[in-house]
Amino acid sequence: AGRAAAANRRGRRPGCHGGMEAESRVPGPPLSGSPAGGAGGAAAAPRPSPPGAARAPPPQPPEELAFDDDEEDLEVFSKDTSLTEANSFSPLIPTSPSSMINQYKFEDEPELKDLFITVDDPESHITAIETFITYRVVTKTSRGEFDSSEYEVRRRYQDFVWLKSRLEEAHPTLIIPPLPEKFIMKGMVERFSDEFIETRRKALHKFLNRIAEHPTLTFNEDFKIFLTAQAWELSSHKKQGPGLFSRMGQTVRAVASSVIGGGVKDRPDMFTDINDYMETFNQKINLIDKISQRIYKEERGYYCEMKEYGPIHTLWCASEEDLVDSLKGVASCIDKCCKATENRMAGLSENLLPALHEYVLYGEILTGVLKRRDQIQADLDSKVDALSNKKTEKDLLTEEIGNLEDKVECANNALKADWDRWKQNMQHDMKTAFLNVAENNIHYYEQCLATWESFLTSQTVDLHLGEDSEDKP
Amino acid sequence: MSACAEGEPSRAPIPMERPEAEPLSASGSCQAGEAEAEAGSGPAAEEPGGRAAGTMMEDCLSKKIEITVSEAEKRTGRNAMNMQEIYTAYLIETRAVESQTEGQCSPPDSLWRRYSEFELLRNYLLVNYPHIVVPPLPEKRAEFVWHKLSADNMDPDFVERRRIGLENFLIRVASHPIICQDKIFYSFLTQEGGWKEMVNETGFQLKAESRLKALNATFRVKNPDKRFTELKHYSDELQSVISHLLRVRARVADRLYGVYKVHGNYGRVFSEWSAIEKEMGDGLQSAGHHMDVYAASIDDILEEEEHYADQLKEYLFYAEALRAVCRKHELIQYDLEMAAQDLASKKQQCEELATGTLRTFSLKGMTSKLFGQESPEQREGKIKVLEEQIHDGEEQLKSKNVEGREFVKSAWADIERFKEQKNHDLKEALINYAVMQISMCKKGIQVWTNAKECFSKM
Repeated sequence: AGRAAAANRRGRRPGCHGGMEAESRVPGPPLSGSPAGGAGGAAAAPRPSPPGAARAPPPQPPEELAFDDDEEDLEVFSKDTSLTEANSFSPLIPTSPSSMINQYKFEDEPELKDLFITVDDPESHITAIETFITYRVVTKTSRGEFDSSEYEVRRRYQDFVWLKSRLEEAHPTLIIPPLPEKFIMKGMVERFSDEFIETRRKALHKFLNRIAEHPTLTFNEDFKIFLTAQAWELSSHKKQGPGLFSRMGQTVRAVASSVIGGGVKDRPDMFTDINDYMETFNQKINLIDKISQRIYKEERGYYCEMKEYGPIHTLWCASEEDLVDSLKGVASCIDKCCKATENRMAGLSENLLPALHEYVLYGEILTGVLKRRDQIQADLDSKVDALSNKKTEKDLLTEEIGNLEDKVECANNALKADWDRWKQNMQHDMKTAFLNVAENNIHYYEQCLATWESFLTSQTVDLHLGEDSEDKP
Repeated sequence: MSACAEGEPSRAPIPMERPEAEPLSASGSCQAGEAEAEAGSGPAAEEPGGRAAGTMMEDCLSKKIEITVSEAEKRTGRNAMNMQEIYTAYLIETRAVESQTEGQCSPPDSLWRRYSEFELLRNYLLVNYPHIVVPPLPEKRAEFVWHKLSADNMDPDFVERRRIGLENFLIRVASHPIICQDKIFYSFLTQEGGWKEMVNETGFQLKAESRLKALNATFRVKNPDKRFTELKHYSDELQSVISHLLRVRARVADRLYGVYKVHGNYGRVFSEWSAIEKEMGDGLQSAGHHMDVYAASIDDILEEEEHYADQLKEYLFYAEALRAVCRKHELIQYDLEMAAQDLASKKQQCEELATGTLRTFSLKGMTSKLFGQESPEQREGKIKVLEEQIHDGEEQLKSKNVEGREFVKSAWADIERFKEQKNHDLKEALINYAVMQISMCKKGIQVWTNAKECFSKM
């Protein structure tokens, strides 16, 4: 019975048929919040590739959108009717600590936020062996499980790496946020330059806040220790526990066993779809990251040239008595536009670039998560194969298989739910980031416009050109 | 020489290198000349004659005929060494203004000229009107290019801008009260065949001052008119600052081009990304379209800015024309000083001979010491010759003085005219620049507002 159920559960996934090719113009079936059976019909109209071509309005049935705010986490599982229909193994009954934890809300509601974390104040430490930077991590919380309501500790990059690996171990199929890279390959930034440190600090801040906002990870014990323990306490705690090796082993096995392009046999279509989606997404986000960095570079070049351009007009004044007003006016306009460009650049480097970069890093993380899920399933599959081959030890194997089936189911559910959440966040973050870019550009052009218009007014008052100048191209 | 009615200081032609220039028409209305700038000439050719009233003559050629350089065409031909070459020919059209105002639309007279003929015309004018700030030609080769612009003379955009520049040149000449009356100029506009021979027959090349002679005068002149010295400094500064400005402007244009064009990549990638997105897809796709629009908009913007650059370039080249006038003054002044010096030395010689004293070293004195003194008759003879020379020299000096003063007067009048023109034109150019920037900003606001709306639908 268990085996049949397992087979059923693996086989049926609603609406996730017709996997997507990497560059396909036809969108796959819903990857975000998939509801019951009718999902197949909810595929959006094909997207033509040439830009500017009209797209059919996507038929978005309401149930595909994010869950309503009031919905309990339990609703997540009940929507996935394949599980409830296919078997009596109701996921509504918590069978493991992780699914119990999953009962908490998935939404990130600011009003319910009870954990506030900041990362700031980078400080250099020099020892005989090495030089390193620590960051101050300040936590404010009203949660009962914290002994105090405020904590201040210092952490170095290594500590963050440790935390991340612990989270990955504890939750192999949850999407753990990315850490900033150890090194920047792009050449210009030195290891301890102010720019590098600041970029890293912001990313670390984001990292901790993402964890804090995550419905499951926020209650992780190691996370709590990270936020609260003094340096020596943390050191001794780190020494306990499985440490890095087991995680590495897990991922190594996962990498070794996953087959390119096919993955695990009978991998649920949903996860193949996620995999395909991520392939394309990664490619695109990387491109967009590169494009945005390039734009920043060009804007900076423009800024540098403009800085030289304005003063030449002032210089010219020295030999032209009659043109002093006009020339000074132009010089002042150019200088103001220069300042406006500076603001525009700052907007990029503070908002869009870090946001894009985080999602570039997410690419690898999601690949890892998918692989680990595959591995869990592979473990099950191999046991199932063993069962069919062996005549003895059937009972033992059957029990093992039962446990593994639970494990697979939990892993799948956890990943699915977290994937939905990630997708939502991504949409929100991308939308916010690009809206910000658009607003910055509008603001930039408005500032420049005002400056030139006032110059023009001052000039045309003298020349009585009036309306003529508006006819000029 | 029937001059214009107003008190134009250069009414009396300079006695020296003036050719057989005849006025084309003695009549004309008494309004300050306004050049007819054709639609095709763009900002570069706008109203070179429309300066403050009183400095422009009313019967300038530009008032009577409408001049356009309407087309450019690639031609092949054979050059002086009988090798095949490719060059561009420009179509000059002239049409009498009156025929237009009466509602008739008579077909214009037209002929083709190439750039080298324009150069020949200008050199002729330079030699024959040294007291005039002769309008410059557009650049022979593309300079101050930013990366997208081609430095190729055959590039259609360059040819187009040169066409406009040549038209502007002709209109400026036609609007100038003095040189517009030149017969060679008129033939340039109207007589296709044999014009080159006609110009060369005037022998103007022989009258051209050698560069070496001019350089010599510049270094050795002792008392040039201070105003010309200042003018020389001014023209150096003008050239230097405009060059600098144009160079940096080209770099700014380059960077601006980069900023806009890189955004075009968003369009493509957004479109590809939208294919895998359900909710975000529409917003992404349409935002991408606006990014394409944004990227494409820079081409027109920068093309227009080139016209602004051309306006500045004209005055960059005018600096050289100013210097040419200064050089002429220095030559005349130097010539004058040499003549005066020569006269003074002859007078001294004469005095020495007459009084028998030898104050300065002279070969004659030495030889007479060595070979014996000359006879009183010989001395008388010499004195007589010298006195004649002195008399001639004094006459010459007088006329050279007059010449020098006339030159200064007429040159300075034209320089004042030029200054007013320059102030007007440059101010207008700066205003044009502001207008262009405003247009660019408005376009930017529109595109990004559209994009913002698309992003908000993501």
